Amino acid sequence: MYTEKVIEHFRHPHNMGKMKEYSAVGRVGNILCGDVMWLYIRVERDATGREVIADVSWETFGCTAAIATSSMVSDLAKGRTLEEAIAISNRDVANQLGGLPPIKMHCSGLAADALSEAIYEYLTKEGRDIPAALQARHEHIQKDMATLEERYKVFLDRDPSKGKTDEAPSCS
Amino acid sequence: MPDRVYLDNSATTQVARAVVDAMAPYFDVRYGNASSLHSFGQEARHAVEESRESMADSLGVRADEIVFTSGATEADNLAIVGAALARSGGGGHVIASKVEHDAVLRAVEWLQPMGFAVTLADVDGTGRVDPETVRAALRKDTFLVSIMAGNNEIGTLEPIAEIGRICRERGVLFHTDAVQALGKVDLPMDSVDLLAASAHKLHGPKGVGFLYARRGTRLVPLTHGGGHERGLRSGTENVPAIVGFAAALRLALAERDEVTARMWRLRRRIIDRVLRMPGTRLNGHPEDSLPHITNFSFAGIEGESLVMKLDEAGIAASTGSACSSPNLEPSHVLVAIGVPLSMAHGSLRISTGRDTTDADVERLLDVLPRVVGELRAMSPFKVGE
Repeated sequence: MYTEKVIEHFRHPHNMGKMKEYSAVGRVGNILCGDVMWLYIRVERDATGREVIADVSWETFGCTAAIATSSMVSDLAKGRTLEEAIAISNRDVANQLGGLPPIKMHCSGLAADALSEAIYEYLTKEGRDIPAALQARHEHIQKDMATLEERYKVFLDRDPSKGKTDEAPSCS
Repeated sequence: MPDRVYLDNSATTQVARAVVDAMAPYFDVRYGNASSLHSFGQEARHAVEESRESMADSLGVRADEIVFTSGATEADNLAIVGAALARSGGGGHVIASKVEHDAVLRAVEWLQPMGFAVTLADVDGTGRVDPETVRAALRKDTFLVSIMAGNNEIGTLEPIAEIGRICRERGVLFHTDAVQALGKVDLPMDSVDLLAASAHKLHGPKGVGFLYARRGTRLVPLTHGGGHERGLRSGTENVPAIVGFAAALRLALAERDEVTARMWRLRRRIIDRVLRMPGTRLNGHPEDSLPHITNFSFAGIEGESLVMKLDEAGIAASTGSACSSPNLEPSHVLVAIGVPLSMAHGSLRISTGRDTTDADVERLLDVLPRVVGELRAMSPFKVGE
């Protein structure tokens, strides 16, 4: 079901754990859906004055794929300039892992989203202009998370005595 | 890999050596078609009927009440859809529970657009259906109640004798999915009209099951052809598998006291040790349970990764985690018993078999705190800090 690369990252994840001093954190996912990713970044200026992601780490609650994509996105982002990091897509994450089962593709999206949210928070904290694409993505991610919470609220509050097959919300 | 430990016996079991031996001649020596006239056919027919009689005897039912199928899913479908289609005039009302196996849930769901009404009875926090809930749900047009004997995910036993009696009083058919219960606990055959089981959960082969259908129960067959199995299940009998099923049931019943006593001892030890770990809960009933299935939730971690970590350590178990379902919906059983969704994602099902040893369980209990700790270290949700 999983590629060797996925299993390898799952068994020996890179950059795992909370970062002590971080510039920003991206928090995505929902525990009710079974995966949550917190991705920390420390941004520094390199010798040429460009802002680069000097360090990345993450904490993830989720399946094998969620943990492997966390590990992979952290590898992909480390040492990259902010511009380069923003360009990392869920495709990149999945491809670098040799692919993911279709049912697990959302995990790669989650990883790329966590990175994008961390960069968004960094730029916001620094009072910088937010690139339009990053802004749009941020709004999209936030809207998705809000929709999910609303959907789960219905799920949790539903009247169990109605005797109809439960319609659980879809997280994907 | 060093010796692996298999604790996923409610998914399937190792076929017992005695069962393999009983089956073997029916592949390459007595390989006839049980419908053929010649001696090859007669040998096969004899084997099928002897198996049927042996199983019927041990259940205390009549041989002609046993219909062999490809497995319990087919048996459940034949019971539910077959009974529904046999209703003259069409329509009517079916009751099942919220913790049924998908073979039952999807079958009753399939009936809905055909004009049947379905009620799914609630369960309590341990997964038990209150017989009074079933009584209260009965309608004038209720023709079938389907409540499992023992739950496949959490092990909880259902009060099927009592529910069956209520149905009998009201002239309603009672079906039970006894896949996990057969060979483990007494089945109140007097109280049921229909009962589904399969061989591969009790150290028999995959691909064979049966439906017990009390004499006089009207069922419409779902497969049409040569009229096998008294017309209820056309298709050439899977002779080796049927022989294997009978051998597996004989073995299970002969060893039952010894094996289930050991399973109970192991289950109690597992429960005691796991519940001492922080952030854990037992899903199911501590005592009113099948002996071989134990289900826990672990706060802060997700079940699929827990199963992967255990597998890496050579231990096979399973999860009701959402991650293997298309919409990431956690197990309907865990949701029905009110496990908080955050913990429903971190479930682990441990199921023992006839060969599970103390050493196997010790190995699990050694490894489990370590792998749970590793996954919690990765998780943003810290437990016990």
